[in-house]
Amino acid sequence: MAGALILRRLAQIAVTTAILSLCAFLLIGLMPGDPIDLAIAGDPRLSAEDAARMRALHGLDQPLLARYLAWAQSVLGGNFGHSRLFAQPVSALLGPALLSTLELLGLALLLAVGAGVGLGALAALRPRWSGPVQALALAAQAMPTFWLGLLLIILFAVTLGWLPAGGAEGGWRFLLLPVVTLAFANLAAYTRHSAAALTAALAEPHIRTARAKGASEARVLWRHAWPNAAVPVIAVAALDAGALVSGALVTETVFARPGMGKLIFDAVMGSDFNLALLALLVVAVVTMLATLAADLIQRWLDPRLA
Amino acid sequence: MKSGLLILGALALAALAAPIASAALGHDPFLPDLFNRFAPPSAAHPLGTDELGRDVLLRLLHGARVSLAVGLAAAMAATVVGTAAGLLAAWKGGWVDAALMRLADGMLALPALPLLVILAALDPAAIGLPRGEALSDMIRIAGLLALFGWVGVARLVRAGALSVLARDFVRAARAMGVGEGRILRRHVLPELAAPIAIATALAVGGAVLAESTLSFLGLGIAPPAPSWGNMLANAQEVAFQAPLVALWPGLAILLAVLGCNLVADAISRKRR
Repeated sequence: MAGALILRRLAQIAVTTAILSLCAFLLIGLMPGDPIDLAIAGDPRLSAEDAARMRALHGLDQPLLARYLAWAQSVLGGNFGHSRLFAQPVSALLGPALLSTLELLGLALLLAVGAGVGLGALAALRPRWSGPVQALALAAQAMPTFWLGLLLIILFAVTLGWLPAGGAEGGWRFLLLPVVTLAFANLAAYTRHSAAALTAALAEPHIRTARAKGASEARVLWRHAWPNAAVPVIAVAALDAGALVSGALVTETVFARPGMGKLIFDAVMGSDFNLALLALLVVAVVTMLATLAADLIQRWLDPRLA
Repeated sequence: MKSGLLILGALALAALAAPIASAALGHDPFLPDLFNRFAPPSAAHPLGTDELGRDVLLRLLHGARVSLAVGLAAAMAATVVGTAAGLLAAWKGGWVDAALMRLADGMLALPALPLLVILAALDPAAIGLPRGEALSDMIRIAGLLALFGWVGVARLVRAGALSVLARDFVRAARAMGVGEGRILRRHVLPELAAPIAIATALAVGGAVLAESTLSFLGLGIAPPAPSWGNMLANAQEVAFQAPLVALWPGLAILLAVLGCNLVADAISRKRR
């Protein structure tokens, strides 16, 4: 059952990626100005014959669809080509960027889920706190990620001078502000859903039984109520994977932190569309795999869903 | 509902009042005044001036026109397309439904912003829009945001339409010989008013947020036209000289999105 589901979802991911790559390739190919035009603009000694020869050499005189097929074939064969902007093979750029982004995403997700579930539990157990927690969730939902990053930079880097304003020389000092920014941007959904799910779970009869046999409040909450409430919270994680990755692009750009988001942004700004396209495809595949993983965890926690 | 509408109403009034405020304060928010950079708040400049000596309050008000117009236009387009797609999927069923919903699933699974960044960087001249004009920027960004925004609306509308189409009054209308077009228009659509309103309110907030993010990244509304997003892009460059410049545009975005979300919440609470 689970095997068939995984196979079907993997096939969907492959099809989505193929369609996305085709659409993006065609759109980029329709744009005026190819690399040869740029080379001519940069070197006045190149004649029209040289340009035509270079076009033929790089296959740019072929129709767009043939170029896509050739490109897809070489990418599937593991040849990602060269980045004009960074003068490096694309494969050498993607690896470190992906690791850096996954570090940021993982820590931010942990913090967002941890804080969200904590706040949700506070709202569910202490009705007095429910109002402030909901207000905080509303603010987190409406807060522009890049503005929060900007405010944190101004407060902690410019005014107080405690933390660096950006970059990634390594160490927790460079990670702290980006992780907090990205986590706050994704806090709202976890807070709201865990508050609702825990409130519902605490109203079940088995909670009364647990209290009646003398279980402590902490044990009632985490041992008896939380396992039931975890499923909708993980459903939110599956739904929000794309939003989390989108937030990472903004966060990395604001904090000048190398990673997939910054790589896509820099590649787009430098008109290095081969790099931008491949980085986009990698990000899309990773996002869809993460969604699949969250769905599988959900099914494993609640066998009724399978 | 009240607080959300109040916030949105105040912002809309502020946007409409931009030319009046320009006339009252007596300066042009587009004209640089380099002798007057980073002026502190005063009677002449209630929120001070920015890195080119332009009045921050006036730019904020003019930015409201751009940001709210893009948000509204994108949300309206997304609602119209999404409602049509959702209704069509629910009414036709079969392969039309399957194709539309697979498309929606695929788009929802993808991270939107990296895609938007690449799409926003493509040359607008290739789709027949002039480059560098504020209006063409606004149309381009609203179009791009609608391209992603219709999905959420379509799913809500399809779910609602499926349950309405199965109700007895629709069967009764069919039995009386009412045409399919009239059934969808007169019997199904009014029942879906609440979900469509919720989806639209959320779409406006989402579009304002996305527009400001793209403009902040330098891919949305290009300066010198002010939008809340590109005002913040300048603010980051001058964060060390004038940290306060970063405060107001972000607050405006926060309020606009908050207003939309409050309205959406209020409508969904009313239905329950």
